[in-house]
Amino acid sequence: MAEVTMRVWRGDATGGDFENYTVAQNEGEVVLDIIHRIQATDAPDLACRWNCKAGKCGSCAAEVNGKPRLMCMTRMDTLPEGPVTVTPMKTFPIIRDLVTDVSFNYAQAEKVPALLPPPMPEGGYRMFQEDVERGQEFRKCIECFMCQDVCHVIRDHEGNKQHYAGPRFFIRYAELEMHPLDTNDRRDLVREDMGLGYCNITKCCTEVCPEHIKITDNAIIPLKERVVDAHYDPVAWLGRKITRRTKRSASDAAVQPAP
Amino acid sequence: MTYEHHDYDVLIIGAGGAGLRAAIEAKQRGLSVGIVTKSLLGKAHTVMAEGGMAAAMGNVYPEDNWMVHFRDTMRGGKYLNNNRMAELHAKEAPERVLELEQWGALFDRTKDGKILQRDFGGHRYARLAHVGDRTGLELIRTLQQKVVSMGADVFMECKVLKLVHDAHGKVAGCVGYRRQSGEFITFGAKAIILATGGAGKSWKFTSNSWEGTGDGHAMGLWAGAKLIDMECIQFHPTGMVWPLSVRGLLVTEGVRGDGGVLRNSEGKRFMFDYVAPMFRAETAETEEEADKWYDDHTAGRRPPELLPRDEVARAINTEVKAGRGTAEFIRRRLPSMYHQFMELAGVDITTESMEIGPTCHYIMGGVQVDADTAATAAPGLFAAGEVAGGMHGANRLGGNSLSDLIVFGKRAGMGAAEYIEAGDVAGPMNDEEIEAAVAESLAPFDREEGENPYDIQRDLQEMMQANVGIIRTQSELDDATIQLDTFTDRVKNIKVKGGRAYNPGWNLATDLPAMITVCKTVTIGASLRKESRGGHTREDFPATEPEFGKFNFAHSSNGGNWDSPIVTEESPLLPMPDELKALLEEAK
Repeated sequence: MAEVTMRVWRGDATGGDFENYTVAQNEGEVVLDIIHRIQATDAPDLACRWNCKAGKCGSCAAEVNGKPRLMCMTRMDTLPEGPVTVTPMKTFPIIRDLVTDVSFNYAQAEKVPALLPPPMPEGGYRMFQEDVERGQEFRKCIECFMCQDVCHVIRDHEGNKQHYAGPRFFIRYAELEMHPLDTNDRRDLVREDMGLGYCNITKCCTEVCPEHIKITDNAIIPLKERVVDAHYDPVAWLGRKITRRTKRSASDAAVQPAP
Repeated sequence: MTYEHHDYDVLIIGAGGAGLRAAIEAKQRGLSVGIVTKSLLGKAHTVMAEGGMAAAMGNVYPEDNWMVHFRDTMRGGKYLNNNRMAELHAKEAPERVLELEQWGALFDRTKDGKILQRDFGGHRYARLAHVGDRTGLELIRTLQQKVVSMGADVFMECKVLKLVHDAHGKVAGCVGYRRQSGEFITFGAKAIILATGGAGKSWKFTSNSWEGTGDGHAMGLWAGAKLIDMECIQFHPTGMVWPLSVRGLLVTEGVRGDGGVLRNSEGKRFMFDYVAPMFRAETAETEEEADKWYDDHTAGRRPPELLPRDEVARAINTEVKAGRGTAEFIRRRLPSMYHQFMELAGVDITTESMEIGPTCHYIMGGVQVDADTAATAAPGLFAAGEVAGGMHGANRLGGNSLSDLIVFGKRAGMGAAEYIEAGDVAGPMNDEEIEAAVAESLAPFDREEGENPYDIQRDLQEMMQANVGIIRTQSELDDATIQLDTFTDRVKNIKVKGGRAYNPGWNLATDLPAMITVCKTVTIGASLRKESRGGHTREDFPATEPEFGKFNFAHSSNGGNWDSPIVTEESPLLPMPDELKALLEEAK
């Protein structure tokens, strides 16, 4: 049976170091299988998050040989020969070993003004496949937060977390903006408080997305265009003033009673 | 000792579909709500559901209605179901699905803009609302975003050890710990809703994650509720066997609804040989007839691949035992599954076969509840979702679980609210119970020597797979009974290494008591049910016996601790009203 050496970062907020584990490796296994083997043998207290082990829940994101990966979807036989290095996601504070404090993302989720649809007609809403498809792409997101991890705006500048929502939430805002039923307007919010302008479309987020969501092309760029249209185009501004259906502001929507 | 403490009107344990739907209901009724989850929010096992949620909306087949759905559910469950639950579920599922769209869900559409519905095993009409093959993700994200917008308190990565009573024996709260810090935490609540999901982690081949340790089943039993139908466990017929990286992953039944067929190693489409008399009238007899059905559902009878899961699982098992191991292929419409298998196994599922086999997937058994209110036998305690028993009888139809979550999640929130409104709620928690639970959970740190919890878990999984797996027999069940006593002793001798902060070894040590309790009730039920029915198959009693179709085996705890004796009785099925009986008669 083949063996593999894993260099796993161990420690907590106060510090830590790499520890080497040499364990068995079977054909067809993924990084998470090996981490589980280390837990079951040498280090039962090795902390790592995981749930579905099927690439559907996004819990087991870590950096494998320096790149953000889902451990459950990274086959050992796709990695180069030699020791495999596993470290926690760099952008978030360490809790322990491979587990990071991702509460930044949950705080961002709380700031998103909810969908505001018109009252539901008898028998339900009518929407067409081509209209729901744009949002469906963004709703594939499994919240692994690897796009957040790799985004240099917050990876390299901790202070930006105060005023930058990050790619995961740009696709959320794009999804709501493009939602066929939504009557809310979040464009000012996205520009002023969520820091959309900080993104300089290097597409690092798109590259790491395990769901292959075209974050930059299909969400961030269209969102930037909408924000620009809203803010700087006088014709569009006037047009909105005289159209019948006025969108509510995001802050109004946030206090709307739940349907 | 004093610990971090919180008080709520309603405390919900579990943040999957049922827990979140219950939270929404309780919040809408103006109650304060706390949600406790072992993982991060949005990671619950609900995300794994692929095929869809069953609701007789009639968007694709206008002939469909709740009466047909009720009949399908009862037949799928081999009539062991709580008929009132099956009725409420069939009636209320369409409304529950529609309201998800108000909260942002985006289902696939029909040409005229309604929610598209797909075929699934055991459902007479195309009935499953879906989003490609990631419907569970859509459900959990929709509910999660709704709950967040309403402002419920969510305690993430927090494990509940035990429910705690007041001085009069009412459920008054619970004690647990925060996984991130290892610090203990207590919750006082006027009502508690168990929404902890399943218990499949005690089997070797399982689709369940580390969380599926049956915490709610066990805690409910210890607190005074009853568990029913624990022997009825669904082994999903099409779990991946090889490669190892995908072992336990399921090939969604949508594969079969979308034209996937089952062939054995000889290339024979074997399901034609396994059509039970109950389903013969509506099932195709030849390949041509079955193929015709995919193009036009009115032109022929249904392909045998679309029989309920227990039938397919048993057929595959028989084929494997006969040395004709199985293979399956898919044609279209399953994008995320295609992607998953390409990436993990290098298998192109649209053209290549894959190796599959029965995998522990879902437990029909659970906490016995009142259908309308989700109330358990323990005052103040409610249960919804997979942890509750009765809805699915002896076998669950695919697609009925997601709809179960939203129908009975809402009802649990409602039941808890009405219970609170009635005013007779619990007093303060009994401190002794809290201290006992804390001391027990810490004992593995204090032992000089002892076993690695991972070794115990692995051995337990192998033992349950071998002795209480898909096909059961008395001698193996007797063996399991004896071995479970040994496992009880081994759990009392666990030694945990390291500290309390985010220590998976310790977390597992605190899950094992629940796993043992659940395994015991499953084994007792399987041993007593000397017949085969739905998800319970006895090699030594292959027939379904009418006598056994009149009651559930109900377990209760004599002592309330995880190692207390379990008492089992026959609990008669709910009498069926004549109008429901007539629906079943019509179908015969």
